Amino acid sequence: MVYGAASAGRRTMTSSSSPGISLKQEGISYLVGSRLPCVIANVMRGGPGLGNIAPAQSDYFQAVKGGAHGDYRCITLAPTTCQEMFDYSVMAFNLADKYRNPVFILSDGALGQMMEPVIIPDEVPIEQHEKSWALTGAKDRKMNVVNSLFLSEKGLEEHNKVLQANFKKIEQEVLIYDEYKMDDAEHIFVAFGLVSRIVHSVVDAAREQGIKAGLLIPKTLWPFPSKRLSQLAEQAKTFMSVEMNAGQMVEDVSLAVNGRRPVYFYGRLGGAVPRQADILEALKKEIQGD
Amino acid sequence: MAQKVHEIPKSIQNKPHHYCPGCGHGVVLSIIGELVDELGLREKAVGIAPVGCSVFLYEYYDFDSVQAAHGRAPAVATGLVRANPDLHVISYQGDGDLGAIGTAEIIHAANRNENFTTIFINNAIYGMTGGQMAPTTLIGQTSETSPYGRDPLTDGYPVRVCELLNALEGPYYLERTSVTTPAERVKTKNAIKKAFQYQMEGKGFSLVEVLSQCPTNWKMTPVESVKWVNETMKKTFPIGRVRDRGAE
Repeated sequence: MVYGAASAGRRTMTSSSSPGISLKQEGISYLVGSRLPCVIANVMRGGPGLGNIAPAQSDYFQAVKGGAHGDYRCITLAPTTCQEMFDYSVMAFNLADKYRNPVFILSDGALGQMMEPVIIPDEVPIEQHEKSWALTGAKDRKMNVVNSLFLSEKGLEEHNKVLQANFKKIEQEVLIYDEYKMDDAEHIFVAFGLVSRIVHSVVDAAREQGIKAGLLIPKTLWPFPSKRLSQLAEQAKTFMSVEMNAGQMVEDVSLAVNGRRPVYFYGRLGGAVPRQADILEALKKEIQGD
Repeated sequence: MAQKVHEIPKSIQNKPHHYCPGCGHGVVLSIIGELVDELGLREKAVGIAPVGCSVFLYEYYDFDSVQAAHGRAPAVATGLVRANPDLHVISYQGDGDLGAIGTAEIIHAANRNENFTTIFINNAIYGMTGGQMAPTTLIGQTSETSPYGRDPLTDGYPVRVCELLNALEGPYYLERTSVTTPAERVKTKNAIKKAFQYQMEGKGFSLVEVLSQCPTNWKMTPVESVKWVNETMKKTFPIGRVRDRGAE
């Protein structure tokens, strides 16, 4: 239905929680292949399988690396507050239309049920992008075709090159991250979504104990703030990625740091939320172990 | 004086198609083209190409088209008509697409009485992939994957889609036709015309099931395949009107 409504040129979105997103992978591949904009909200729960309905971040790979077939990417936004849930929803539609590509909003079962004040601006910044490709009826123009089928090897390679050029453009133009107490940080945490709010407190607690901690919060998971992490590898002594999964984003952190500094991981599984004290303990253990 | 008795519809591109000699797809394609012209629908029509032999429909239609994932045409059609109710959406599916992988989509779209038309080509076999047993394969019919004939004990029974959908309150118009003779072609055209008119009036969901020959995969000549539709296939899939809310 999203594929059909997006073909008609309308702003379109779908949402689900983990298993439902798995079911939609076929459609996501077709949406990218046919260059259709849409927004997909995944409020992540524990997996694999039916898992549970507690908050998790174990669909990072699925959203960022792609859970469906073919070479593709989806812009992935990771809000940390209810305000960002609102702001990023607007941004997601704008980005989807601008780049003709699906955009993920990746949150979790805690953020999805959280209540916080949200300021809704008088004028919501909705961008209008022309959609001359949309199926509106072939009136005063040639027929439009929305399609991802290119049977010839050459045709499909050319189509893939167009997609890859678009992904490259996105990588050059889209990037959001936040930092906390980074100026003199020696031990840098990396966390997204709900976990970043917990790690925020961990940074303060660590500094009270004389550990110069800092925090990088990627708010786009793809594109990922790899360049910034690479810069930070010059000043930092260690990195630690904290996630509600078995270690997914940590792979992207490691790629960015590229072996120059130790990259540690702390995570909780199956819908468990990491505690501030446990995270600090994990960092101290790693540092003292060095 | 020379008189033009037939021309290619404006809504169909003037080029050779890839269908096998004797196949029913080409006949139905030209019927759709004629009706889109006659009813003045070209500028609001959106065709949906399924997966299967008719995957290239958008290469033949000369109006807006979208290619759908296997079995998902009714969901794509729903998205299109709900996003823009002014569109005239023509969904086209074969029996492998509609009757197997897309069973859920067609049942729910019909049950919601979505305002689009489905043209359902039933040739009792998977054509494009080389003649495997389909949900519509007849009892005893041989195929690449039922070399000893379809056995209901292991393979189940042929799915009668019109009758299945007739169990639902939703659908507005259901009819089964064939394209084995010029007279049957006229009946098919009338049925699809009625479906299109109901859609134009916003009446909702219509499905016209067309029994179609597949001489290549049935391993028959075109003439034999026409005979097989008339004498064998129609016993399992009787042609005629299954439901017409407009005539009630």
